[in-house]
Amino acid sequence: MSRLAQQPGERIDRSQPVSFTFDGKPAAGFAGDTIVSALYAGGRRVFSRSFKYHRPRGELCGCGQCANSLFQIEGAPGIRGCSEPIREGLRVVHQNAWPSLDFDVMRATDRVGGPFTPVGFYYKTFIRPRRLWPVYEKVLRSAAGLGRLPRRQDEREWETEYRRRRCDVLVIGGGAAGLAAATRAAELGADVVLCDEDAVLGGLLGIEGGHERVRELEGRARDAGVEILSGAPALGFFDGLVPVWQGSTLHQVRADQHVVATGAIQQPLVFADNDLPGVMLSGGARRLAAAYAVKPGERAVVATVDDRGLDDALALSAVGLDVVVADLRPDAGGGELAGRIRAAGITLLTGHTVVRAQGRDRVERAVVAKVDARGRALGDGSTHDCDLIAVSGGSAGALSLLLQAGGRAIYRPEIAGFAVTELPAGLHAAGAAAGHDRAEAVEVSGAIAGAEAAAALGRSPNGVADARERLAQLPAAAPVATPPAQASDGGRRGKAFVDLDEDVTVKDIKRATLEGYDSLELSKRYTTVTMGPSQGRFSQLPAARVLAAETGLDLGTVGLTTARPPWSTVPMGVLAGRPLEAAKRSAVHRRHEELGATVRWAGDWRRAYDYGDPVGESVAVQAAAGIIDVSTLGKLLVRGPDAGELLDRLYPNRMSNLAPDRIRYGVTTSEAGRITDDGTVCRIDDETFYVTTTSAGVAGVEQSFTWWLETWGLNAHITDLTQGVAAMNLAGPQARGVLTGLTDLDCSAEAFKYLDARHAEIAGVPCMLLRIGFVGELGYEIHCPSVNAEHVWDAIVRAGSKVGLRPFGLEPQRVLRLQKLHVIVGQDTDSEMTPYGAGMDWIVKLDKQQDFIGRWALEHTAAHEPSVRLVGFTTPGGELPTEGAVVLGTDGAPEGQVTSARRSPRLGQVIGLATVPAALAGDGAQIWISDAGRRIAATVTTKPFYDPEGEVLRS
Amino acid sequence: MSFLLTCPNCGTREVTDFGFGGEASTRPASRPSARELNTYIYFRRNAAGVQREWWHHRSGCRAWFLAERDTRTNHVIWTALPADAPAGQTPA
Repeated sequence: MSRLAQQPGERIDRSQPVSFTFDGKPAAGFAGDTIVSALYAGGRRVFSRSFKYHRPRGELCGCGQCANSLFQIEGAPGIRGCSEPIREGLRVVHQNAWPSLDFDVMRATDRVGGPFTPVGFYYKTFIRPRRLWPVYEKVLRSAAGLGRLPRRQDEREWETEYRRRRCDVLVIGGGAAGLAAATRAAELGADVVLCDEDAVLGGLLGIEGGHERVRELEGRARDAGVEILSGAPALGFFDGLVPVWQGSTLHQVRADQHVVATGAIQQPLVFADNDLPGVMLSGGARRLAAAYAVKPGERAVVATVDDRGLDDALALSAVGLDVVVADLRPDAGGGELAGRIRAAGITLLTGHTVVRAQGRDRVERAVVAKVDARGRALGDGSTHDCDLIAVSGGSAGALSLLLQAGGRAIYRPEIAGFAVTELPAGLHAAGAAAGHDRAEAVEVSGAIAGAEAAAALGRSPNGVADARERLAQLPAAAPVATPPAQASDGGRRGKAFVDLDEDVTVKDIKRATLEGYDSLELSKRYTTVTMGPSQGRFSQLPAARVLAAETGLDLGTVGLTTARPPWSTVPMGVLAGRPLEAAKRSAVHRRHEELGATVRWAGDWRRAYDYGDPVGESVAVQAAAGIIDVSTLGKLLVRGPDAGELLDRLYPNRMSNLAPDRIRYGVTTSEAGRITDDGTVCRIDDETFYVTTTSAGVAGVEQSFTWWLETWGLNAHITDLTQGVAAMNLAGPQARGVLTGLTDLDCSAEAFKYLDARHAEIAGVPCMLLRIGFVGELGYEIHCPSVNAEHVWDAIVRAGSKVGLRPFGLEPQRVLRLQKLHVIVGQDTDSEMTPYGAGMDWIVKLDKQQDFIGRWALEHTAAHEPSVRLVGFTTPGGELPTEGAVVLGTDGAPEGQVTSARRSPRLGQVIGLATVPAALAGDGAQIWISDAGRRIAATVTTKPFYDPEGEVLRS
Repeated sequence: MSFLLTCPNCGTREVTDFGFGGEASTRPASRPSARELNTYIYFRRNAAGVQREWWHHRSGCRAWFLAERDTRTNHVIWTALPADAPAGQTPA
């Protein structure tokens, strides 16, 4: 492994070697290295294969912006090797090449060229025949693609901590401008958060020899109380909310003021084979040397259009590279940098640029020539042996976040790029993102932005005017030459890329223009230029230049495309995933587990579906007794002088005339008269009602009840007791006997009638007993404090064991209630079902004095026969239809559906509920059910299959 | 969509803490015609501008309150419990 001598401000710690593997082979680096810097130091130059042509690709930016070094790491694809730090034992694997990175058979698509090259080939070729698309897709996906998602779930799991942070000022970017802005704002008393995508603060300043200054600025920022998040890219602007991703934490930062100091992105140049490994941004090459002490090459040709390239050339020369500079500007900027280049003995070719890179799978030579305004070589030029072509095609401000936040960009010829103009209130730009390129100007602009942000918060900064004056007096930015759309020696060999991510060439954009895709937005969609992982950072300007040259428009008219969030690559797992609601378990859940229950989700609840024997459990309930945990029922206490009035207005039936200790069934309806929920209402005393709701519906019912209460301003209060009160249903012919043994209460049929409620102690625990029967047997719903629920459950199970009582689960309960045609709201009703359609005409009291929710709609409904009705059915042939199967109308058209169907062990037949056309809703009517190819005959019934007169229930 | 909302009981929270209750509308005082009923149930003004609307502090005190919000900018002008809401367009 070769390294340069210690570099000032280098990030590596040479005392800490780190070993990892690349494609299974051992590799090594130091703590502080990135994957690319370590591999580069070990001599590797090819880091990926391109998306479409599988051309070898080397490093481009060195700072996590390009897509040239994406790796698969421990199951996660698309990791940026030039910013991802190495760790001991890390397993790094290449992507998109087979069998290996250095020999990829799919390279044939590039070498053969021909049919695979033109843009739009895939669109045009694979559209027909349409039925073959699944086959095409499979082949194409494995041919072109970036990484592979692991199939094993444990490799895909991702845990993210979400943190909400509100602050006065969020500074995005931790270079000189950002640090200065954050410090200034914090010193003025603002609560400031600063984030930077790099693991080390300082931005360009730290790489360009200013690490001492960076340390100073960072120290001042920390002293001023700035919260600094490093290794933390801001992902985008979402209505003022900025998600900042930092490892396993997603900070959701909401600030009053935003300072965007995101810097600028050095641009590549376009020439033949400008993607050969060894063609690198000059800033990337310099970064390898400065931050990681890696010598980026031995002999370099630096092609530049601005002063930054000259500065980088000096830095590369200083670390021992043999450098030749080709500056497109006829006077090389005319500044002191050109003088320093010459003084260093570096060959400087003015008005020249690189027109072609040559070499087999890596740069071996550069062809440099003088070019005209359109980039065509004047003369043959000269060929230079080299292993590095370092390019600086100007700087493009990193404007995406500013644009997402509402800024506007206009073209400014003097910087050969776009600059942001109209910033909305609360948004400030600083540093290179605001068009400043000299270190001092960058820092001063940051301080001004920080002061302005503080001023907008009502602080009174001093010296802002002075600072502005100082900024104005600093030397203007050095002149920049506008690079041609393509520098060319006229030769036909080689590909000139405008977008390395997506393998889009100059020829592709030209062809797309000829085919009519002559605006950037259309071209983008057709050629996919700018749509790759680097989001157009390096391809937007080059693509716009080609389009401008082809259409004759100026660059300002061609414009920019919108880079949407996320601005930085972020794993899907950080943003999305199954929202993990806390599972709810009833107070007796432990008992279900001890009994070996099949536990399943029922909404948010974990419920006992059965205890291994659903048939035996349902038989036991009907033969002796059973107990089911119904703690999931919603339970609301409605209290106050107007409680009765409130319920009368909420339910279609009457509740205020309910006698104390009596219970009434009720459904709630929407204003449109549709069933929304059901449950029981029990009057405890004059001003107190105990309301139960469906398990899933309680939140909605409570919201709706409290909203109406607020709207009407009635004197009542609603308390949700669901979690604090457990409930279990004891049912079966032996239920009374079991209960009597556990309480002093007179449980006789005369003293404790059907639909009575009683307060009593069961096994010493104060309980409320509701005599109701969802499963159709003599039954008691026992409500008790959750803390005592296990005790009550145990007492009942123990007392019942002598008579054959068995705990039963949800599945047997569903069979038993179906025998009674008891409806489950949400299962047997949908959002269009009215009480009339559900066969509950009796529940709607249109003669009631009060208005109630849904009254007017129900008056209309009552006047018309519903199109479908919910009825029971049996299948004489014994087939069990699937729930959701279609019920056919008299003309054979689908008109209803099966909502519930079960085989009843007791009745020995298939029973169910279905919505059927009104004409077929009478007892004995024959209907046809169409169920995935089966046609099943069924007979309608409107009476319960079991105990139709309710004698058992009342017994 | 992302903005802050101030619960009159609990203070300022992210909007994700709250449930949206729709624009404030008026329930007909007496039996509406079929057309009025249809409008009441199914039609909303869907204003591009300031509207009065209901919010529910779902992940907090569970109170319902009123707010005026500009639907174009999500700028919230005020929030208040129904009893304290400024006069103007009366809620239901």
